[in-house]
Amino acid sequence: MSTQIPAGYKWWTGGKSPYNVSYGKLMMWIFLMSDTFTFGGLIIAYGSIRLGHNYWPDANYVFDKFPFMGDANLPLAFVSLMTFILIMSSVTMVLAVHEGHKRNKKGVEKWLLWTILGGFLFLGCQAWEWTHLITHTHPVLIDGQIREIGATIRHNHFGPAVPGLMHDGHQVHLPGPVSFGNFFFGITGFHGFHVFTGVILNIIIYIRTLAGSFDRLGHYEMVEKVGLYWHFVDLVWVFVFLCFYLI
Amino acid sequence: MSNEAAIQSGAIAHEVQEQADIHHHHESFISKYIFSQDHKMIAKQYLITGMIWALIGGGMSVLFRIQLGFPEATFPWLEDIFGHWAKGGRISAEFYYSLVTMHGTILIFFVLTAGLTGTFANFLIPFQVGARDMASPFMNMLSYWIFVLASIVMLSSLFVQTGPASGGWTVYPPLSAIGDAAIGSKTGMDLWLVSMALFVVSQLLAGLNYVSTILNMRTKGMTMTRLPLTVWGIFFTAALGILSFPVLFSGFILLMFDRNLGTSFFLSDLVVNGNVLPNEGGSAILYQHLFWFLGHPEVYIIILPTMGIVSEIMSVHARKPIFGYTAMVASLFAIAVLSFLVWAHHMFVSGMNPFLGSIFVLLTLLIAVPSSIKVFNWLTTLWRGNIRFTVGMLFCIGFVSNFISGGLTGIWVGNSTIDMHVHDTYFNIAHFHIVMGVSAFMGMFAGVYHWFPKMYGRYMNNTLGYIHFWITLICAYVIFWPMHYEGFAGMPRRYYDYSNWESFKQFAELNKVISFAAIVSFLAQLMFLVNFFYSIFKGRKVTSKNPWQANTLEWTTPIHPIHGNWPGEIPEVHRWPYDYGKDGIDFIPQTEPVAPGESGDH
Repeated sequence: MSTQIPAGYKWWTGGKSPYNVSYGKLMMWIFLMSDTFTFGGLIIAYGSIRLGHNYWPDANYVFDKFPFMGDANLPLAFVSLMTFILIMSSVTMVLAVHEGHKRNKKGVEKWLLWTILGGFLFLGCQAWEWTHLITHTHPVLIDGQIREIGATIRHNHFGPAVPGLMHDGHQVHLPGPVSFGNFFFGITGFHGFHVFTGVILNIIIYIRTLAGSFDRLGHYEMVEKVGLYWHFVDLVWVFVFLCFYLI
Repeated sequence: MSNEAAIQSGAIAHEVQEQADIHHHHESFISKYIFSQDHKMIAKQYLITGMIWALIGGGMSVLFRIQLGFPEATFPWLEDIFGHWAKGGRISAEFYYSLVTMHGTILIFFVLTAGLTGTFANFLIPFQVGARDMASPFMNMLSYWIFVLASIVMLSSLFVQTGPASGGWTVYPPLSAIGDAAIGSKTGMDLWLVSMALFVVSQLLAGLNYVSTILNMRTKGMTMTRLPLTVWGIFFTAALGILSFPVLFSGFILLMFDRNLGTSFFLSDLVVNGNVLPNEGGSAILYQHLFWFLGHPEVYIIILPTMGIVSEIMSVHARKPIFGYTAMVASLFAIAVLSFLVWAHHMFVSGMNPFLGSIFVLLTLLIAVPSSIKVFNWLTTLWRGNIRFTVGMLFCIGFVSNFISGGLTGIWVGNSTIDMHVHDTYFNIAHFHIVMGVSAFMGMFAGVYHWFPKMYGRYMNNTLGYIHFWITLICAYVIFWPMHYEGFAGMPRRYYDYSNWESFKQFAELNKVISFAAIVSFLAQLMFLVNFFYSIFKGRKVTSKNPWQANTLEWTTPIHPIHGNWPGEIPEVHRWPYDYGKDGIDFIPQTEPVAPGESGDH
């Protein structure tokens, strides 16, 4: 059944309304509040453990590589690109929602496609970053022996450098704090999972847009709701970026 | 249709569907009783699932009370049932730890969170705010079935070879994080975590529905200040759940990683069976913080809905307006806010900074203020009321009695100086069982007896109800009152057998009395279940729409409400729900327009 919802429609007639929104949008907002607490719990856990350590790896040293750039020292360049991609995908999402308000099916399709692309690009970047960290080994002094290890959740090579000790032309380090890998992979993984979910949701509403479901409904509110989620995932990344890469 | 609130496209389709249902009504068995999207049916599903869990969790307490009361005796029938878990007719130590762990988990989460809120939130919110159903009936159904899934996983953990989780319902690491730490830390613990993660998802879906239904689906005239206190209680409960469960969830994620991926979020410097573990850098205390950030709001998640239920039923059966409606709502709000600021009072003995501890003492004691406001408001509602001692009303009074008894000891354990002495003793057991266990059950029973006529169109048997009430109340005090003394004598909780301790031998006879009362109390609950199921089919029939002469909207629906609740338009609301004995009129339903010259506010 197609119902036109005029602009400025009052969603609610039960007296003084706290929010003039549909319950679906309200639910999404409340869910995001809830999810904020999940991420809050994780990030506060990270903060408390990190502050309990005397030594923590320097992000400028850990994240200094760029794909196809070999050993060039480019601290935080790649993660900046990732962040830029994700924020741009939020911009395209805003445009999709905007076209949705105008009920312009073609416009929604176009900008949703860009958003989906941005999401996949971000996930691809994250996959490269993880792979690089895990497979790119460095010499580490463990129990008096030099071993080549990458950075995983169990161990990493980001400890302090051993003065004067070189191996194959690389500075030898002590093992870094295990908690670094735990929290880095744990939290960026959890965030990546959110991005992945967001991409799936975007694909679902893209297909529904193609099928004309929202035209039949008479409004594109679903795009707006998924948009809220997408912006939230973006916002969380800003905090993850701050806590893992900048501080 | 007056409730244009639901005019979102999906909801329109939903309402149209309902209109069709009214005319044709050919729901299949599956869509009506199993995958139902009707809030009333989902409420009953929650209630009956909760009852099954209560039977299991309560039965466990009988088993470990048998061990505690009669540590020397042997009961061959135990071995017949439990095999090697009760070799020679004595419950084994591992089995005992599993029993207390699962008793806590089941009663707190599956019965008093899902069973209680799931029942009354689903049943009462649409009825009392004047909506045809929840905001999203589909999500509501999903929430129930994810709860069932969580239940199945938890239930299956009882049957794995190494037994269910046994590290206490709080599942503190390292016991819960290292599979080799105890036999209950193996598969049982994994299943526990999976089940609880599913449970959190189910609670999230449910909570989103509760809050958005209350905020957005109210009928015309139903302003927030005209909501019955039941709805307010559920509203704050849902808000607490939405904000505190996710933090527990993040703790569970980290714990699962520690168990299965070799991370060290909660582990550091450990030796198990003489082997030094590679884990380093984590903190077991961190888990306690994450856990109690849920754990403390959780006790209010349990008690706030029953506070609402009690306020409502008490006002109806005292034939008086609830005393201090605004104060009641404000104190619910204050409790909800404060509940997030007190979690570390569960951790005074964890080695936290005493200065930090003193802040948590202060914030904890502040909760006494809104709690006492509520208690005094209940007492003043009863004061000079025209009280009808229905079973529901008796359970309300029982609730207030228990809430006072358990609340007062809360002031004791809220002080870190006293808490350090009685921490992890039977004093604590007594405190929280009375204030959130027995009280919450009292409120739940009150609700079941009171709304049973609305649920099934029949009454529950009154005589059995009165017997149920008195046995439950007396046994609750016989069980938990003596535990205060045991706790002050330093008797620690979670011990399997006290007979080897010279200092606790003196309590052997007392423990027998407690165990005896626990068994009697359990039998009384069985009687309640018999009464409940018998009354569904054979109870006295309800003959009028409004058997209790109450004001709230659910009593304006037909005796057997259809899916959609009201056959015609949703009624409009003109006043608050507590106009009892106003201007000499016994009760004025919310749907009654304000008469000219009527006194007071509306």
